[in-house]
Amino acid sequence: MTNKEKWRERLAPWVAVVVLVLIWEAAVRLFDVPSFIFPSASATAQALVTFAGPIGMHSWQTLWTTMAGFALGVVVGLGLGFIIGSSRFLYHACYPLLVGFNAIPKVAFVPILVVWFGIGSVPAILTAFLICFFPIVVNVATGLATLEPELEDVLRVLGARRMDVLLKVGLPRSLPYFFASLKVAITLAFVGTVVSETVASNQGIGYLMMSAGSQMRMSLVFAGLIVISAMAMVMYELFALLEKRMTAWAHRGQR
Amino acid sequence: MAFVDFDRVSLAYDDSGNAIEDITLKIEEGEFVAFVGPSGCGKSTFMKLCTGLHGPTGGQVRVDDEPVGGPLKISGMAFQNANLLPWRTTLDNVLLPLEIVKPYRHEFRRRREEFVGWARDLLRTVGLEGYEDQYPWQLSGGMQQRASICRALIHRPRLLMLDEPFAALDAFTREELWCVLRDLWEAQRFTVVLVTHDLREAAFLADTVYVMSRRPGRIIERRQIDLPRPRELATTYEAPFIELVQALRAQIGEIRSA
Repeated sequence: MTNKEKWRERLAPWVAVVVLVLIWEAAVRLFDVPSFIFPSASATAQALVTFAGPIGMHSWQTLWTTMAGFALGVVVGLGLGFIIGSSRFLYHACYPLLVGFNAIPKVAFVPILVVWFGIGSVPAILTAFLICFFPIVVNVATGLATLEPELEDVLRVLGARRMDVLLKVGLPRSLPYFFASLKVAITLAFVGTVVSETVASNQGIGYLMMSAGSQMRMSLVFAGLIVISAMAMVMYELFALLEKRMTAWAHRGQR
Repeated sequence: MAFVDFDRVSLAYDDSGNAIEDITLKIEEGEFVAFVGPSGCGKSTFMKLCTGLHGPTGGQVRVDDEPVGGPLKISGMAFQNANLLPWRTTLDNVLLPLEIVKPYRHEFRRRREEFVGWARDLLRTVGLEGYEDQYPWQLSGGMQQRASICRALIHRPRLLMLDEPFAALDAFTREELWCVLRDLWEAQRFTVVLVTHDLREAAFLADTVYVMSRRPGRIIERRQIDLPRPRELATTYEAPFIELVQALRAQIGEIRSA
């Protein structure tokens, strides 16, 4: 690839954002949509500036609860994935349960969590956790469960215990799967937090959007949307970068 | 007493019948034997029995005068697929068995320098000097297979099991590796069990070639290869060698048409 092409590729996503914003602005102006229905891009930008203080405060709340739920998801996901991935029996026993659990809309848990923990940060953290641990479990377990049988023979003949095989081969082998799942999990965690905040909190971007919506301040609602997606994108990129650094050997074809 | 002693050994994995049946043979220490036969004849099953990865359902397997009752760590294995770990350098891949097998696993930290020396020596003898710090995916298929053989030999096993190790390589690389294996064996004289589809490979490398039947695998022919050693690759283009391979070929043909 030439230098010019590289630059084009790097600029492309920014250009896409600019184009989208322009279409948005143009459409709202062209059809003269009232701002309490669908605010223009410029009105949303103005709301972002005007309410920078409260938005910042609520974003911080959303960010830290998301990260807390995500951290919990990583710990539990890694542990559970390791346990069920390391045993064929447990894998078969637990997998249908996990799939069934994953099919439950996580928003359905929020009322339960509110009864147990009251409104506030805890339901948000737990909703983020519940929604994001599943892809981690599945990826880690799959990485472990798909070990080449011949490689296992090579090690078993040397007297390797199950734990040796898992630690020397299984775990490093499942790391690319693990890091790939982190990217999915972090965006899901944001979904969980915001969903919980909209119904059971008086802090966070979800709450901010909810209360702004009830006052018909749509430009502020849209500002909230943009902040959430910006945070999610930044975290996604962060974990994509981490993935690249930690498991370069698995991405050798893409250099 | 033979080093490996199979006495009327059979193995059935499940109710579908024996994978191998009634195998009786003796392999001397330092002998190079090859198993040839049609696909699915239980050659790999033989390897599992020999290394103790699987117990027989009939008969007895003895290695080094002891009944085999579990994985035999005096054996090293290499397969058609090199199966190197992509996150480890070539050197670290070769060192892997020493991190696992007793007694080396407990000495690994303390004697690491020494072990690295072993690995480097071994890699040099197979022609991988200078590639120690490369990752497997930076090596060609033939080089990966060389490293895989080094990994099988690093803990100085007395029994080397090779399951079609050269089957996935191109013809020239394969012949190169025959010579690498020949030289390693001439130098260290471990016992080798080579499972292969390639009759020329079997005849060139082995002292004894066993021909196996279709499933259930039985041994239907034991053929001593009396070509003088050390054998040169040129031998394989001379009349006695070609006749030998043709005779083996005819036998396999008979099994297939039967």
